[in-house]
Amino acid sequence: MTALLPLSVVLPLVGAALCLVFSRVRALQRTVTLVTLAAGVGMAAMVLARVDAEGPTAVQVGEWAAPVGITLVADLMAALFLLFAMLTILGVAVYAIGQGADGRSVFHPAYLVLAAGVAGSFLAGDLFNLFVCFEMMLIASYVLITIGATEAQVRSGMTYVVINLTASTLFVTVVAFVYAATGTLNLADLSGRFASLPQALQLAIGLSLFVMFGVKAAIFPLFGWLPDSYPNAPTAVTAVFAGLLTKVGVYAIIRTQTVLGLDELGTFILVVAGITMVVGVVGAIAQGEVKRILSFHIISQIGYMIMGLGLFTVAGVAGAIFYVIHQIPGKTVLFLAGGLVEETTGTGELHRLGGLIRSAPVIAVAFLIPALSLGGIPPLAGFVAKLSLVQAGLSAEAWVIVAVALVASILTMVSMTKIWSGVFWGDPDEAPPLPAALGATRLRPPALMTAATLATVGITLAIAVFAGPIFDMATRAAESALDNTAYVEAVMGS
Amino acid sequence: MTDGRPFGGDRSPVLDESVRLVFHTVLVLSVYLLFAGHNAPGGGFSGGLVAGAAIVLRYLAGGRAAGAVPGVGHEVLLGVGMLISTLTGVAALVGGTGFLEAWVFDREVAVLGTVKFTGTLPFDIGVYLVVIGLIAAIVDSLGREADTTEADALDPDGVAGREGTA
Repeated sequence: MTALLPLSVVLPLVGAALCLVFSRVRALQRTVTLVTLAAGVGMAAMVLARVDAEGPTAVQVGEWAAPVGITLVADLMAALFLLFAMLTILGVAVYAIGQGADGRSVFHPAYLVLAAGVAGSFLAGDLFNLFVCFEMMLIASYVLITIGATEAQVRSGMTYVVINLTASTLFVTVVAFVYAATGTLNLADLSGRFASLPQALQLAIGLSLFVMFGVKAAIFPLFGWLPDSYPNAPTAVTAVFAGLLTKVGVYAIIRTQTVLGLDELGTFILVVAGITMVVGVVGAIAQGEVKRILSFHIISQIGYMIMGLGLFTVAGVAGAIFYVIHQIPGKTVLFLAGGLVEETTGTGELHRLGGLIRSAPVIAVAFLIPALSLGGIPPLAGFVAKLSLVQAGLSAEAWVIVAVALVASILTMVSMTKIWSGVFWGDPDEAPPLPAALGATRLRPPALMTAATLATVGITLAIAVFAGPIFDMATRAAESALDNTAYVEAVMGS
Repeated sequence: MTDGRPFGGDRSPVLDESVRLVFHTVLVLSVYLLFAGHNAPGGGFSGGLVAGAAIVLRYLAGGRAAGAVPGVGHEVLLGVGMLISTLTGVAALVGGTGFLEAWVFDREVAVLGTVKFTGTLPFDIGVYLVVIGLIAAIVDSLGREADTTEADALDPDGVAGREGTA
């Protein structure tokens, strides 16, 4: 076990190094990526099994004891996120290989560094290493988002880079504040010392952390960069960003806010959550292109996760955790399906598409299932997630946010229907760029891409089938996140 | 194009000779910094930067042909460096101690006297290579643009190239 946590972070880095060495040989790069990520999934599953059985586990890197050294901690929340993140990263890697999106030799190294950054962010036990792993992930994402070097990508990529660098600067500043105020950055140590700070200082630190991670998670009003930059990147890149980057931001928000335990921020968080849900989904309805609609949806969904945290109850946080779990593969697969549409027809614009239910039924199914799940239709995972949040809201008597969540949910369904009727039903208003899309012939995207998409659909279905046990784990994860005695004991060793 | 110099024009004998004098000294300094790093100012990162400065100097004087490490692509340099660093951590793990746990080598060696280095040395060597590879990559990709545009501006018809100076 002491080997598993560091290996989860380092193995992708070793893979990235090998991919750099083999940068002239595509086949070797692909093999290294797939083997590394498959091993990553296996290790994440072992970590989850172990943490589920024995409670939070911590590793002190280089045997430098906490709170001085680098601490890696896996508790149930981190382990759950890690597993579904690695599964999704593996699925998208297969998709990218099937699409041939790895044409530039830097794709595989950057992709693996991203995976290492994601794993590291989930496992980091102190604020500074959370920052380091976040940066690792973001720097890899800068490379990936501009990888085609088209004009649109570089333009929107600049916005993305500038905003994230600003947020990162704020991150380091907040880290310095926290260290100056408490003398520690270790999260477990921090949770003990934070309560003795003056009330105003506590709120200032809590708010700064919330705002800074809010930029990364794209909450209202800090989401402007997302719908602009995501749709321009290659599909595989957008898909993995959509499924992971904002969710790592949400994870960081949940982690830090539960460690700090500032219930006073609850109402503020709920207000932000409600506005994020509504603004995101209204933005989605206004769009006319598949990837842009889906990008606005990411924002709307973030609102739900934040809502669960804002309630500051076990049920609420459990709902948020389950929501993140079902969103990681769920959001990704929608982009993968959208990418299949673009791959076969040459466009994602709704008015140029239509009738794909006849010409490409497989894509239609791959889109329909996660779309219904996102809209909250039973018995899919999205329904369980929304239901648990609504129940948590009702039992906390937060009527307004529950009403907003339900309205936003209906609007989500409306905008999904827009994609569905635009792309899969009816006839195109204008001819799509590729003649094959007119419905005369059956459309066949590369088999590997379809297989990867369907496998990811399979993950979302598995979450629905095993919703009971997973939700039970999420509840225990929420309990241990809110009352972090076991976490602190694992790290501080007493 | 004059001998692949990035900004065209004649080679400057003063610059050429100075770089020839300084180049190896700077490299030796960078290696010293690399080995001193475990308990004195220095280390893989600063050593790598100093070596990178030497590479930049030579590039400015002599152009791309002499710029990067001969015969090795920067991706490979980056990759090997990263591999050494990451595997140092893994090796400690396999060796039974914790991840990245350091060990100390401190022994009398004939001729050299007391030799002391620690388990961070291989890690630092990896960092050193990564930094050199990165600087070579930056110089090469920034310089590539300068090479083409400046060459076009100075010699729009490509006459110099046809006369066979390159």
